[in-house]
Amino acid sequence: MRIVHYLNQFYAGVGGEDKADHPPEKRDGFAGPGMAINAALGGTGEIVGTVFCGDGYFNENLEEASEKVLAMIKSYAPDIVVVGPGFNAGRYGMACGMVAKLADENLHIPVVGGLYAENPGLEIYKRHAYFVPVGDSAASMRKAVPDMVAVIKKIIAREEVTEGFFEKGLRKNYFSPVRGSRRAVDMLLKKIAGEKFVTEYPMPVFDRVTPPAAVKDMRTARIALVSSGGPVPKGNPDRIESSSASKFGRYSLADITDFTPENGETAHGGYDPVYANLDLDRVLPVDVVKELVAAGEIGSLHDYWYATVGNGTSVANSKKFAADIALRLKEDNVSCVILTST
Amino acid sequence: MVKEIERAGIPVAHMCTVVPISVTVGANRIVPTVAIPYPLGDPNLPPGDEKELRHKLVRSALKALCTEVEEQTVF
Repeated sequence: MRIVHYLNQFYAGVGGEDKADHPPEKRDGFAGPGMAINAALGGTGEIVGTVFCGDGYFNENLEEASEKVLAMIKSYAPDIVVVGPGFNAGRYGMACGMVAKLADENLHIPVVGGLYAENPGLEIYKRHAYFVPVGDSAASMRKAVPDMVAVIKKIIAREEVTEGFFEKGLRKNYFSPVRGSRRAVDMLLKKIAGEKFVTEYPMPVFDRVTPPAAVKDMRTARIALVSSGGPVPKGNPDRIESSSASKFGRYSLADITDFTPENGETAHGGYDPVYANLDLDRVLPVDVVKELVAAGEIGSLHDYWYATVGNGTSVANSKKFAADIALRLKEDNVSCVILTST
Repeated sequence: MVKEIERAGIPVAHMCTVVPISVTVGANRIVPTVAIPYPLGDPNLPPGDEKELRHKLVRSALKALCTEVEEQTVF
Protein backbone atom coordinates (compact mmCIF):
# COMPACT_ATOMS: atom_id res chain seq x y z
CA MET A 1 0.00 0.00 0.00
CA ARG A 2 1.28 3.44 -0.96
CA ILE A 3 0.97 6.12 1.67
CA VAL A 4 1.45 9.88 1.37
CA HIS A 5 2.11 11.78 4.57
CA TYR A 6 1.15 15.45 5.11
CA LEU A 7 3.20 17.51 7.60
CA ASN A 8 3.68 21.17 8.47
CA GLN A 9 6.98 23.00 8.06
CA PHE A 10 8.05 22.21 11.61
CA TYR A 11 7.66 18.43 11.50
CA ALA A 12 9.11 18.32 7.98
CA GLY A 13 12.27 19.86 9.43
CA VAL A 14 12.10 23.16 7.52
CA GLY A 15 11.85 25.42 10.57
CA GLY A 16 9.59 26.93 13.22
CA GLU A 17 7.27 29.94 13.23
CA ASP A 18 9.81 31.89 11.14
CA LYS A 19 9.19 29.40 8.31
CA ALA A 20 5.38 29.33 8.69
CA ASP A 21 5.11 31.04 5.29
CA HIS A 22 6.82 28.13 3.50
CA PRO A 23 4.84 27.18 0.36
CA PRO A 24 3.81 23.57 -0.37
CA GLU A 25 6.63 21.19 -1.23
CA LYS A 26 7.04 17.45 -1.65
CA ARG A 27 9.81 14.98 -0.95
CA ASP A 28 10.07 11.28 -1.75
CA GLY A 29 9.91 8.93 1.23
CA PHE A 30 9.21 9.75 4.85
CA ALA A 31 10.19 12.72 7.02
CA GLY A 32 9.89 13.60 10.72
CA PRO A 33 7.26 11.49 12.49
CA GLY A 34 6.85 9.57 9.22
CA MET A 35 9.98 7.64 10.10
CA ALA A 36 8.36 6.03 13.17
CA ILE A 37 5.07 5.47 11.32
CA ASN A 38 6.83 3.79 8.41
CA ALA A 39 8.84 1.56 10.76
CA ALA A 40 5.75 0.56 12.77
CA LEU A 41 3.96 -0.49 9.57
CA GLY A 42 6.59 -3.22 9.26
CA GLY A 43 6.50 -3.40 5.49
CA THR A 44 2.70 -3.74 5.19
CA GLY A 45 2.60 -0.23 3.80
CA GLU A 46 5.12 2.39 2.82
CA ILE A 47 5.28 6.15 2.98
CA VAL A 48 6.24 6.87 -0.60
CA GLY A 49 6.10 10.64 -0.33
CA THR A 50 5.81 13.49 2.14
CA VAL A 51 3.96 16.71 1.29
CA PHE A 52 4.44 19.67 3.59
CA CYS A 53 3.51 23.31 3.87
CA GLY A 54 3.94 26.17 6.33
CA ASP A 55 0.94 26.50 8.64
CA GLY A 56 0.66 30.23 8.01
CA TYR A 57 0.92 29.79 4.26
CA PHE A 58 -1.74 27.07 4.17
CA ASN A 59 -4.30 29.02 6.20
CA GLU A 60 -3.72 32.37 4.50
CA ASN A 61 -3.63 30.97 0.93
CA LEU A 62 -6.21 28.25 1.38
CA GLU A 63 -7.30 27.90 -2.22
CA GLU A 64 -3.87 27.97 -3.82
CA ALA A 65 -2.28 25.80 -1.11
CA SER A 66 -5.09 23.24 -1.39
CA GLU A 67 -4.68 23.00 -5.13
CA LYS A 68 -0.92 22.53 -4.93
CA VAL A 69 -1.01 20.09 -2.02
CA LEU A 70 -3.67 17.99 -3.73
CA ALA A 71 -1.62 17.83 -6.96
CA MET A 72 1.48 16.81 -5.01
CA ILE A 73 -0.39 14.08 -3.13
CA LYS A 74 -1.91 12.86 -6.38
CA SER A 75 1.51 12.64 -8.04
CA TYR A 76 2.39 9.72 -5.75
CA ALA A 77 -0.83 7.79 -6.60
CA PRO A 78 -1.43 6.86 -2.95
CA ASP A 79 -3.87 4.34 -1.49
CA ILE A 80 -3.96 6.08 1.89
CA VAL A 81 -3.20 9.61 3.08
CA VAL A 82 -1.88 10.23 6.59
CA VAL A 83 -2.03 13.72 8.14
CA GLY A 84 -0.18 14.91 11.21
CA PRO A 85 -0.48 14.17 14.10
CA GLY A 86 -1.42 17.82 14.62
CA PHE A 87 -1.99 17.62 18.41
CA ASN A 88 -3.61 20.89 19.60
CA ALA A 89 -1.93 23.18 17.08
CA GLY A 90 -4.74 25.34 15.68
CA ARG A 91 -3.48 26.18 12.21
CA TYR A 92 -1.80 22.77 11.72
CA GLY A 93 -5.02 21.05 12.77
CA MET A 94 -7.00 23.12 10.26
CA ALA A 95 -4.47 22.23 7.54
CA CYS A 96 -4.61 18.51 8.44
CA GLY A 97 -8.40 18.69 8.29
CA MET A 98 -8.41 20.47 4.94
CA VAL A 99 -5.94 17.97 3.45
CA ALA A 100 -8.18 15.15 4.72
CA LYS A 101 -11.16 16.77 3.01
CA LEU A 102 -9.22 17.17 -0.26
CA ALA A 103 -8.12 13.52 -0.31
CA ASP A 104 -11.55 12.26 0.73
CA GLU A 105 -13.53 14.29 -1.81
CA ASN A 106 -11.13 14.25 -4.76
CA LEU A 107 -9.18 11.01 -4.50
CA HIS A 108 -11.81 8.99 -2.59
CA ILE A 109 -9.17 7.26 -0.50
CA PRO A 110 -9.08 6.73 3.27
CA VAL A 111 -7.34 9.33 5.43
CA VAL A 112 -5.86 8.76 8.87
CA GLY A 113 -4.87 11.62 11.15
CA GLY A 114 -4.17 12.43 14.77
CA LEU A 115 -5.71 15.43 16.55
CA TYR A 116 -6.32 16.53 20.11
CA ALA A 117 -10.01 16.53 21.08
CA GLU A 118 -10.14 20.36 21.33
CA ASN A 119 -8.39 21.09 18.04
CA PRO A 120 -10.84 23.24 16.01
CA GLY A 121 -9.84 21.33 12.86
CA LEU A 122 -11.39 18.18 14.32
CA GLU A 123 -14.88 19.61 14.79
CA ILE A 124 -14.91 20.99 11.25
CA TYR A 125 -13.29 18.14 9.29
CA LYS A 126 -13.89 14.97 11.34
CA ARG A 127 -16.17 13.43 8.74
CA HIS A 128 -13.30 13.26 6.24
CA ALA A 129 -10.81 11.11 8.14
CA TYR A 130 -10.19 8.58 10.85
CA PHE A 131 -8.86 11.11 13.35
CA VAL A 132 -7.18 9.24 16.16
CA PRO A 133 -7.32 10.93 19.60
CA VAL A 134 -3.82 12.16 20.50
CA GLY A 135 -2.41 14.35 23.28
CA ASP A 136 -2.27 18.14 23.13
CA SER A 137 1.45 18.39 22.36
CA ALA A 138 4.32 16.60 20.65
CA ALA A 139 5.26 15.17 24.06
CA SER A 140 2.63 12.50 23.34
CA MET A 141 4.14 11.52 19.97
CA ARG A 142 5.24 8.12 21.28
CA LYS A 143 1.65 7.18 22.02
CA ALA A 144 0.19 8.92 18.96
CA VAL A 145 2.23 6.94 16.43
CA PRO A 146 1.16 3.39 17.47
CA ASP A 147 -2.47 4.53 17.85
CA MET A 148 -2.47 5.95 14.32
CA VAL A 149 -0.63 2.94 12.92
CA ALA A 150 -3.23 0.59 14.45
CA VAL A 151 -5.91 2.27 12.31
CA ILE A 152 -3.68 2.40 9.19
CA LYS A 153 -2.99 -1.35 9.53
CA LYS A 154 -6.72 -2.11 9.68
CA ILE A 155 -7.24 -0.22 6.45
CA ILE A 156 -4.31 -2.00 4.81
CA ALA A 157 -5.75 -5.36 5.90
CA ARG A 158 -9.10 -4.22 4.43
CA GLU A 159 -10.75 -4.73 7.78
CA GLU A 160 -13.51 -2.47 9.00
CA VAL A 161 -12.20 0.25 11.31
CA THR A 162 -14.57 0.26 14.25
CA GLU A 163 -12.64 1.91 17.05
CA GLY A 164 -9.70 4.08 17.96
CA PHE A 165 -10.88 7.23 16.19
CA PHE A 166 -13.25 10.16 16.75
CA GLU A 167 -16.72 9.44 15.41
CA LYS A 168 -17.09 10.84 11.93
CA GLY A 169 -20.75 11.67 12.37
CA LEU A 170 -21.74 9.80 9.20
CA ARG A 171 -24.83 7.60 8.98
CA LYS A 172 -24.48 4.25 7.23
CA ASN A 173 -27.42 2.34 5.75
CA TYR A 174 -27.74 -1.40 6.19
CA PHE A 175 -30.41 -4.08 5.95
CA SER A 176 -31.49 -5.66 9.21
CA PRO A 177 -33.25 -9.03 9.35
CA VAL A 178 -35.38 -7.72 12.23
CA ARG A 179 -37.75 -4.88 11.49
CA GLY A 180 -37.57 -1.54 13.28
CA SER A 181 -40.68 -1.86 15.42
CA ARG A 182 -39.45 -5.17 16.79
CA ARG A 183 -35.99 -3.78 17.56
CA ALA A 184 -37.49 -0.76 19.29
CA VAL A 185 -39.75 -2.90 21.49
CA ASP A 186 -36.82 -5.20 22.32
CA MET A 187 -34.82 -2.20 23.41
CA LEU A 188 -37.69 -0.91 25.51
CA LEU A 189 -38.15 -4.29 27.22
CA LYS A 190 -34.45 -4.39 28.05
CA LYS A 191 -34.62 -0.88 29.42
CA ILE A 192 -37.61 -1.75 31.60
CA ALA A 193 -35.83 -4.87 32.84
CA GLY A 194 -32.81 -2.74 33.72
CA GLU A 195 -30.66 -4.58 31.19
CA LYS A 196 -28.04 -3.07 28.95
CA PHE A 197 -29.03 -2.10 25.43
CA VAL A 198 -27.38 -0.29 22.57
CA THR A 199 -29.25 2.57 20.95
CA GLU A 200 -29.32 2.69 17.16
CA TYR A 201 -29.43 6.44 17.13
CA PRO A 202 -27.20 8.02 19.73
CA MET A 203 -28.13 11.62 20.43
CA PRO A 204 -25.31 14.06 19.75
CA VAL A 205 -23.73 15.38 22.92
CA PHE A 206 -24.01 19.16 23.09
CA ASP A 207 -22.79 20.96 26.12
CA ARG A 208 -25.58 23.46 26.20
CA VAL A 209 -26.78 25.73 28.96
CA THR A 210 -30.46 26.62 29.22
CA PRO A 211 -30.73 30.36 28.58
CA PRO A 212 -31.11 32.17 31.91
CA ALA A 213 -34.22 34.32 32.29
CA ALA A 214 -34.07 37.75 30.67
CA VAL A 215 -33.50 40.94 32.64
CA LYS A 216 -36.91 42.31 33.65
CA ASP A 217 -35.97 45.96 33.84
CA MET A 218 -32.63 47.25 32.57
CA ARG A 219 -33.19 50.53 34.48
CA THR A 220 -32.61 48.68 37.76
CA ALA A 221 -30.15 46.06 36.47
CA ARG A 222 -26.47 45.84 37.40
CA ILE A 223 -24.43 45.08 34.32
CA ALA A 224 -20.84 43.80 34.20
CA LEU A 225 -18.34 43.85 31.34
CA VAL A 226 -16.26 40.75 30.63
CA SER A 227 -13.99 40.11 27.64
CA SER A 228 -11.82 37.43 26.06
CA GLY A 229 -10.30 40.09 23.80
CA GLY A 230 -7.57 40.96 26.30
CA PRO A 231 -8.59 44.51 27.35
CA VAL A 232 -6.30 45.47 30.25
CA PRO A 233 -5.13 48.68 31.91
CA LYS A 234 -2.15 50.31 30.17
CA GLY A 235 0.99 48.28 30.90
CA ASN A 236 -0.88 44.97 31.40
CA PRO A 237 -0.24 44.91 35.19
CA ASP A 238 -0.99 41.18 35.60
CA ARG A 239 1.08 40.29 32.53
CA ILE A 240 -1.72 38.26 30.98
CA GLU A 241 -0.11 36.19 28.22
CA SER A 242 -0.78 37.16 24.58
CA SER A 243 -1.72 33.53 23.88
CA SER A 244 -2.60 30.45 25.95
CA ALA A 245 -3.52 32.68 28.89
CA SER A 246 -2.94 31.16 32.33
CA LYS A 247 -5.02 33.77 34.18
CA PHE A 248 -7.67 36.46 34.02
CA GLY A 249 -7.61 39.97 35.48
CA ARG A 250 -10.09 42.07 37.46
CA TYR A 251 -9.75 45.81 36.96
CA SER A 252 -11.41 48.86 38.48
CA LEU A 253 -13.60 51.11 36.36
CA ALA A 254 -13.75 53.80 39.05
CA ASP A 255 -11.44 56.22 37.26
CA ILE A 256 -12.27 55.35 33.66
CA THR A 257 -15.13 56.90 31.73
CA ASP A 258 -13.49 56.65 28.36
CA PHE A 259 -10.51 54.62 27.15
CA THR A 260 -7.57 56.49 25.65
CA PRO A 261 -4.11 55.36 24.48
CA GLU A 262 -2.94 56.34 28.01
CA ASN A 263 -5.22 54.16 30.15
CA GLY A 264 -5.90 50.96 28.24
CA GLU A 265 -4.48 48.42 25.79
CA THR A 266 -5.05 44.88 24.62
CA ALA A 267 -2.91 41.94 25.74
CA HIS A 268 -4.32 39.73 22.96
CA GLY A 269 -1.93 38.29 20.39
CA GLY A 270 -2.88 37.03 16.96
CA TYR A 271 -4.72 40.11 15.74
CA ASP A 272 -3.51 43.62 14.92
CA PRO A 273 -3.67 45.45 18.29
CA VAL A 274 -3.33 48.98 16.85
CA TYR A 275 -7.07 49.83 16.87
CA ALA A 276 -7.67 48.48 20.38
CA ASN A 277 -4.60 50.23 21.78
CA LEU A 278 -5.73 53.59 20.35
CA ASP A 279 -9.23 53.28 21.80
CA LEU A 280 -10.01 50.23 23.97
CA ASP A 281 -13.72 51.14 23.94
CA ARG A 282 -13.64 49.32 20.60
CA VAL A 283 -13.20 46.08 22.58
CA LEU A 284 -14.82 46.99 25.91
CA PRO A 285 -17.54 49.65 25.45
CA VAL A 286 -17.02 51.47 28.75
CA ASP A 287 -17.70 54.96 27.34
CA VAL A 288 -21.10 54.07 25.96
CA VAL A 289 -22.20 51.94 28.92
CA LYS A 290 -21.29 54.71 31.39
CA GLU A 291 -23.31 57.20 29.29
CA LEU A 292 -26.30 54.86 29.31
CA VAL A 293 -26.00 54.51 33.10
CA ALA A 294 -25.89 58.31 33.45
CA ALA A 295 -28.95 58.57 31.22
CA GLY A 296 -30.80 56.10 33.45
CA GLU A 297 -31.19 53.46 30.76
CA ILE A 298 -29.03 50.99 32.72
CA GLY A 299 -29.33 50.71 36.52
CA SER A 300 -25.62 50.52 37.23
CA LEU A 301 -22.30 49.30 35.89
CA HIS A 302 -20.34 46.88 38.05
CA ASP A 303 -17.20 48.57 39.43
CA TYR A 304 -14.82 46.04 37.88
CA TRP A 305 -14.29 44.48 34.49
CA TYR A 306 -12.89 41.01 33.96
CA ALA A 307 -10.57 40.17 31.11
CA THR A 308 -8.49 37.36 29.69
CA VAL A 309 -6.98 36.46 26.33
CA GLY A 310 -8.87 33.90 24.26
CA ASN A 311 -6.01 33.27 21.79
CA GLY A 312 -5.07 29.56 21.98
CA THR A 313 -6.37 29.35 25.54
CA SER A 314 -7.59 25.85 26.38
CA VAL A 315 -11.26 25.13 26.92
CA ALA A 316 -10.40 23.82 30.39
CA ASN A 317 -8.72 27.10 31.40
CA SER A 318 -11.49 29.24 29.91
CA LYS A 319 -14.05 27.24 31.88
CA LYS A 320 -12.02 27.59 35.06
CA PHE A 321 -11.59 31.36 34.62
CA ALA A 322 -15.25 31.93 33.81
CA ALA A 323 -16.54 29.75 36.65
CA ASP A 324 -14.41 31.83 39.04
CA ILE A 325 -15.58 35.09 37.43
CA ALA A 326 -19.21 33.94 37.62
CA LEU A 327 -18.88 33.24 41.34
CA ARG A 328 -17.53 36.73 41.97
CA LEU A 329 -20.21 38.35 39.80
CA LYS A 330 -22.87 36.48 41.76
CA GLU A 331 -21.41 37.69 45.06
CA ASP A 332 -21.48 41.24 43.74
CA ASN A 333 -25.14 40.92 42.70
CA VAL A 334 -24.50 41.42 39.01
CA SER A 335 -27.70 40.76 37.06
CA CYS A 336 -26.37 40.53 33.50
CA VAL A 337 -23.16 40.53 31.48
CA ILE A 338 -21.92 41.84 28.16
CA LEU A 339 -19.07 39.56 27.07
CA THR A 340 -17.03 40.72 24.12
CA SER A 341 -14.75 38.53 21.99
CA THR A 342 -12.26 39.48 19.33
CA MET B 1 -16.74 31.54 29.13
CA VAL B 2 -20.26 32.59 28.18
CA LYS B 3 -21.62 29.21 29.19
CA GLU B 4 -19.90 29.11 32.58
CA ILE B 5 -21.32 32.53 33.48
CA GLU B 6 -24.76 31.50 32.29
CA ARG B 7 -24.51 28.26 34.27
CA ALA B 8 -24.44 30.52 37.34
CA GLY B 9 -27.78 31.92 36.20
CA ILE B 10 -26.53 35.27 34.88
CA PRO B 11 -27.69 36.06 31.32
CA VAL B 12 -24.87 37.00 28.93
CA ALA B 13 -24.98 38.91 25.65
CA HIS B 14 -22.06 37.60 23.61
CA MET B 15 -20.79 40.37 21.34
CA CYS B 16 -18.50 38.87 18.72
CA THR B 17 -17.60 39.01 15.06
CA VAL B 18 -17.22 35.33 14.18
CA VAL B 19 -20.80 34.29 14.89
CA PRO B 20 -20.36 30.61 13.81
CA ILE B 21 -17.83 30.11 16.62
CA SER B 22 -20.22 31.63 19.15
CA VAL B 23 -22.97 29.32 17.90
CA THR B 24 -20.65 26.29 18.07
CA VAL B 25 -19.56 26.98 21.63
CA GLY B 26 -23.15 27.50 22.75
CA ALA B 27 -23.82 31.19 23.48
CA ASN B 28 -27.56 31.86 23.80
CA ARG B 29 -27.81 35.59 23.13
CA ILE B 30 -25.45 36.52 20.30
CA VAL B 31 -24.91 40.06 19.02
CA PRO B 32 -22.81 40.22 15.82
CA THR B 33 -20.14 42.93 15.81
CA VAL B 34 -17.93 44.78 13.32
CA ALA B 35 -14.51 43.10 12.94
CA ILE B 36 -12.10 40.90 14.88
CA PRO B 37 -9.62 43.67 15.88
CA TYR B 38 -12.38 46.21 16.62
CA PRO B 39 -15.67 44.46 17.44
CA LEU B 40 -17.28 47.59 18.91
CA GLY B 41 -15.89 50.31 16.68
CA ASP B 42 -14.73 51.18 13.22
CA PRO B 43 -11.56 53.24 12.80
CA ASN B 44 -12.66 54.12 9.26
CA LEU B 45 -15.53 56.23 10.59
CA PRO B 46 -15.30 59.77 11.97
CA PRO B 47 -15.20 59.61 15.82
CA GLY B 48 -18.81 60.78 16.22
CA ASP B 49 -20.16 58.16 13.84
CA GLU B 50 -18.02 55.47 15.44
CA LYS B 51 -19.47 56.24 18.86
CA GLU B 52 -22.99 56.19 17.39
CA LEU B 53 -22.23 52.74 15.96
CA ARG B 54 -21.05 51.56 19.39
CA HIS B 55 -24.22 52.97 20.98
CA LYS B 56 -26.30 51.00 18.50
CA LEU B 57 -24.41 47.76 19.19
CA VAL B 58 -24.60 48.12 22.99
CA ARG B 59 -28.33 48.86 22.73
CA SER B 60 -28.72 45.60 20.73
CA ALA B 61 -26.95 43.78 23.56
CA LEU B 62 -29.26 45.38 26.16
CA LYS B 63 -32.25 44.38 24.07
CA ALA B 64 -30.90 40.83 23.86
CA LEU B 65 -30.48 40.69 27.63
CA CYS B 66 -34.08 41.85 28.12
CA THR B 67 -35.46 39.29 25.64
CA GLU B 68 -36.57 35.85 26.81
CA VAL B 69 -35.04 33.18 24.55
CA GLU B 70 -35.74 29.47 24.38
CA GLU B 71 -32.79 28.64 22.16
CA GLN B 72 -29.63 30.16 20.71
CA THR B 73 -30.60 33.46 19.13
CA VAL B 74 -28.64 35.85 16.94
CA PHE B 75 -29.87 39.42 17.45
